[in-house]
Amino acid sequence: MIDVKNLSKSFGDHLVLDNISEHIYPGEKVVVIGPSGSGKSTFLRCLNLLETPTSGTITFNGQEVTDPKADIDKIRQQMGMVFQHFNLFPNMTIRKNITLAPVRTKLMSQAEANDTASALLKRVGLEDKADAYPAQLSGGQKQRIAIVRALAMKPKLMLFDEPTSALDPEMVGEVLEVMKELANEGMTMVVVTHEMGFAREVGTRVLFMDGGHILEQNEPHAFFANPKEARTQEFLSKVL
Amino acid sequence: MIQGLIDWLDRLGPRFYAAFIRDDVWQLYLQGLLTTLELTIVALIAGTILGVMVAIIRTAHAQQRPGRRKNIFLGILNVICQIYTTIIRGTPMMVQILIWNFVIFSSSRNKFMIGVVALGINSGAYVAEIVRGGLMSVDIGQSEAGRSLGLGYLDTMRFIIIPQAFKNILPSLGNECITLFKDTSLVNTIGLADLTYRASRIAGNNFDYMPPYIGIAIMYLTIVVVLTWLQGKLERRLRESDRR
Repeated sequence: MIDVKNLSKSFGDHLVLDNISEHIYPGEKVVVIGPSGSGKSTFLRCLNLLETPTSGTITFNGQEVTDPKADIDKIRQQMGMVFQHFNLFPNMTIRKNITLAPVRTKLMSQAEANDTASALLKRVGLEDKADAYPAQLSGGQKQRIAIVRALAMKPKLMLFDEPTSALDPEMVGEVLEVMKELANEGMTMVVVTHEMGFAREVGTRVLFMDGGHILEQNEPHAFFANPKEARTQEFLSKVL
Repeated sequence: MIQGLIDWLDRLGPRFYAAFIRDDVWQLYLQGLLTTLELTIVALIAGTILGVMVAIIRTAHAQQRPGRRKNIFLGILNVICQIYTTIIRGTPMMVQILIWNFVIFSSSRNKFMIGVVALGINSGAYVAEIVRGGLMSVDIGQSEAGRSLGLGYLDTMRFIIIPQAFKNILPSLGNECITLFKDTSLVNTIGLADLTYRASRIAGNNFDYMPPYIGIAIMYLTIVVVLTWLQGKLERRLRESDRR
């Protein structure tokens, strides 16, 4: 579904991603873990070109994302993204937050989008918040809305950039629950997270990144039971 | 000493009568005030349109994706905008008015037009900087969220960034509006019959300067107080979505 070839990214002299090649297949739930500054968020943000790669190519369903002539807006419509800090639009109601993109990109009429929004809100148990503003919601509610907002575009792939890192501990569960449901429905997901429990339970593959490289990868049970690299063992001993 | 004060107070009535009421002279102030307000409004509209355009060009130029070929057309526009803001913000308003009147439009008799051009172009440069600051003050995550949903640059600007920026820059825009209103008094030097011009004429005719000038100072002050009040009211209304 997504093919990454020789991806490198540097900010000035600082090399953040060093020649990464990776393939993500439909239906996979890839969990990316690693220490801060290892390049995992940058890797995720390169996938939908929020960061422009310094070199290398990314291909999504046969379209080359990194081609300067590619219609990046069209490609992004098929990739949902959820951010650490939610990034809901504070100047709009929740309904408007969800319906703005589908309506403006002519994916749906306003009426269809409203129906979609109601159905999605119901799924995450927030149907009564449609007319509220983001400032009235808790962090966990905001993040569930942010997931719903991305889903309203009917994406083929969902990217999660540390979706629970900015939440109070007691709100982490409700967000992970929504992500688990999404995973069970067969959504292809790439998740950057520090939630090892989620990685083990939901992930189909775990990537461990350090220093701009994918140091080690495996299916979650083997990964957590028998990490091969010394750096991975050291990291896991600290977080588990 | 005391006698002098009493005499001065005694003469105040007739002096103010001569400056404001005799021969329906108040109508001249009213005409001047209307000219001042018209000039403020037209220059403000011109300045805002110009300023927003300049701000968007400069922000769009600064936000081009790195690593790609820069848009040359946008580059040229950006340089023009930079020269414009540098010249306007780097020279005194008074000098600009004199240049517009005596150098650029030296053959024109339409003083109102010259006033609008001078004030509007001046105000545009300041509005541009205010708007640019406002656009940059909106969290980068907001535009990333908009773009990641597949919205284009213009839609993201229009629905997400500009409405939030507007709220942030409202105090500065209000101040700019008040500054512009007061700066219109400078156009009296090119013979545009604004409030200050009327007052100086009446003062000259009566050889009595205090009543007209104190009078128009109070008029300017009253209008500024009203504008400040309106601005506060608008800000409180826009803040409501944050507090709910």
